[in-house]
Amino acid sequence: MAIWLNKDSKVIVQGMTGATGMKHTKLMLGDGTNVVGGVNPRKAGQKVDFDGTEVPVFGTVKEAIEATGANVSVIFVPEKFTKDAVVEAIDAEIPLAVVITEGIAVHDTAAAWAYAGKKGNKTRVIGPNCPGIITPGQSNVGIIPGDITKPGRIGLVSKSGTLTYQMMYELRDIGFSTAVGIGGDPIIGTTHIDALAAFQDDPDTDLIVMIGEIGGDAEERAAAFIKENVTKPVVGYVAGFTAPEGKTMGHAGAIVSGSSGTAQAKKEALEAAGVKVGKTPTETAKLAREILHG
Amino acid sequence: MDLFEYQARDLFAKHDVPVLAGEVIDTPEAARAITERLGGKSVVKAQVKVGGRGKAGGVKLAASADEAVARATDILGMDIKGHTVHKVMIAETAPEIVEEYYVSFLLDRANRTFLSIASVEGGMEIEEVAATRPDAVAQTPINPIDGVDEAKAREIVAAAKFPAEVADQVANVLVKLWDTFIKSDALLVEVNPLAKVASGEVLALDGKVSLDDNAEFRHDWDELHDKAAANPLEAAAKEKGLNYVKLEGEVGIIGNGAGLVMSTLDVVAYAGENHGNVKPANFLDIGGGASAQVMANGLEIILGDPDVKSVFVNVFGGITACDEVANGIVQALKLLEDRGEEVTKPLVVRLDGNNAELGRKILTDAAHPLVQRVDTMDGAADKAAELAHAAK
Repeated sequence: MAIWLNKDSKVIVQGMTGATGMKHTKLMLGDGTNVVGGVNPRKAGQKVDFDGTEVPVFGTVKEAIEATGANVSVIFVPEKFTKDAVVEAIDAEIPLAVVITEGIAVHDTAAAWAYAGKKGNKTRVIGPNCPGIITPGQSNVGIIPGDITKPGRIGLVSKSGTLTYQMMYELRDIGFSTAVGIGGDPIIGTTHIDALAAFQDDPDTDLIVMIGEIGGDAEERAAAFIKENVTKPVVGYVAGFTAPEGKTMGHAGAIVSGSSGTAQAKKEALEAAGVKVGKTPTETAKLAREILHG
Repeated sequence: MDLFEYQARDLFAKHDVPVLAGEVIDTPEAARAITERLGGKSVVKAQVKVGGRGKAGGVKLAASADEAVARATDILGMDIKGHTVHKVMIAETAPEIVEEYYVSFLLDRANRTFLSIASVEGGMEIEEVAATRPDAVAQTPINPIDGVDEAKAREIVAAAKFPAEVADQVANVLVKLWDTFIKSDALLVEVNPLAKVASGEVLALDGKVSLDDNAEFRHDWDELHDKAAANPLEAAAKEKGLNYVKLEGEVGIIGNGAGLVMSTLDVVAYAGENHGNVKPANFLDIGGGASAQVMANGLEIILGDPDVKSVFVNVFGGITACDEVANGIVQALKLLEDRGEEVTKPLVVRLDGNNAELGRKILTDAAHPLVQRVDTMDGAADKAAELAHAAK
């Protein structure tokens, strides 16, 4: 069953005809994702050939949904235009919009999020600045390599792309129900808590791995949520113990401000909620393995 | 990007937030003409991006133009909590202050929106007020689409219980400050103190502004960058488009992806506990498509850091294939050697993921005397820490 994405998901790509969109649409198709269309108002009516699979281009998200029944959109448009693309997806009421684009101004994300709220939150937004979501063996939306791991019973939620890959690789023999990268920006659409709640309710997930990093207090709030609502075992990892105060570490949201947002505080909050927290990605994988295999 | 006080003042002035006159200078003699223009007296204020400069002696009154030059001479070059003073602002002396307030707009990450914080108890750190007198701090969420109009500003004024006689002025300041926040793509605009002076006027006497680096594409912020304070290695890395942060350690780090690099720093620091407490020397994320050129640029920065004793290249091949990364490393070393730069520091390389076997083979075949392969992240971190300790 997995969460949010499965073999029946019909995916459109906003920004498919750009270089990044083309590259990853090809890879997504290769992983078996049902990509049913692209969106680009200037190329509407054209078809793009990906190794023999013809994908039609539509002028708007709404037209694409009407023509194909798409229920997922993945957004690769450049950062200057991303807000408009997300707003278009929200207006079209597509159930899931996955925003891969990095470097979006936070005022744009804040405005898009507020807009989603005004429209009744009919669209789940994942990202921005995220690697996307994969349900191995069924569908892959975004830029996560499809061949790292196989279907299995671990659910993964992570702020970081490469740490998502690293963890999928460490636990590749066990496999994953769904892995979702929620992104490292200060404002994101889908949070750790959203994913934890969905994995808790997913009969195909036995254990949840949660990866956090410095900045904000999302991990602390996730810890409080776990304590109250999650009965499945959760294993955690937090990156950035050695990050100095006041410096942005790659991700726009990864910054320790004064005494807030530290890795130590996040680790302690998670441990207080009963989450086993690994010191390194490898140790974290080992903790997950021990819980699953006794 | 955090702004200096004078930059915040200029930004406020541009958006009609009431401020006092002030000009920034970097030579003491320049204080004379400005002070004369200001009527023969001024305040000399150190421009540093750290709090507590007043207590550190970085803010001085000058009763004459001569005195302003003398105070500027004292303050320029001063060290305030590790920040060297390169510039001072020569500001109009504040009229007699009757009351001090606090107002700000900022990003509220937890609630994914914007927030107004206001208090009639300004002049000190707002965190301190919030901790000791939480009732005196009014927090009002601001919807990014609706923004702050006069009605919203009055709601904030009422929530913070501003005295009736300043309500109109404070509401006006809030509308203008919001305008500053939105039009400048700010993460924070703070006025502290917002002062009521003897004439009854309300003025922004000091302020903090932090701007969103991701929004630079729609602004002209060239002038705002603090080139003097930037670490030379950080400046060089920025010029090459590399995401680099200098740290105080001995193990140079190169990796792909912000999360993995942060994690690499931590793993190296843990490993260092067993090897003379060596620590990571930097954060460097070369991103997804690490070409030989990008790898060479990264290596050049890291090897140019005299603190670095060993280098740890930690790559997980996602979309990027490890054979490309391995070729990048080999070519990068050759590129540097061809340029006549002597590479003497040992490199520990860990490659995993997409085409890892091919990548490892390329490194083995190249058999560069300084390059060692270790195939696990924890093991490679240990090796890099050990080598750094040995070279220390």
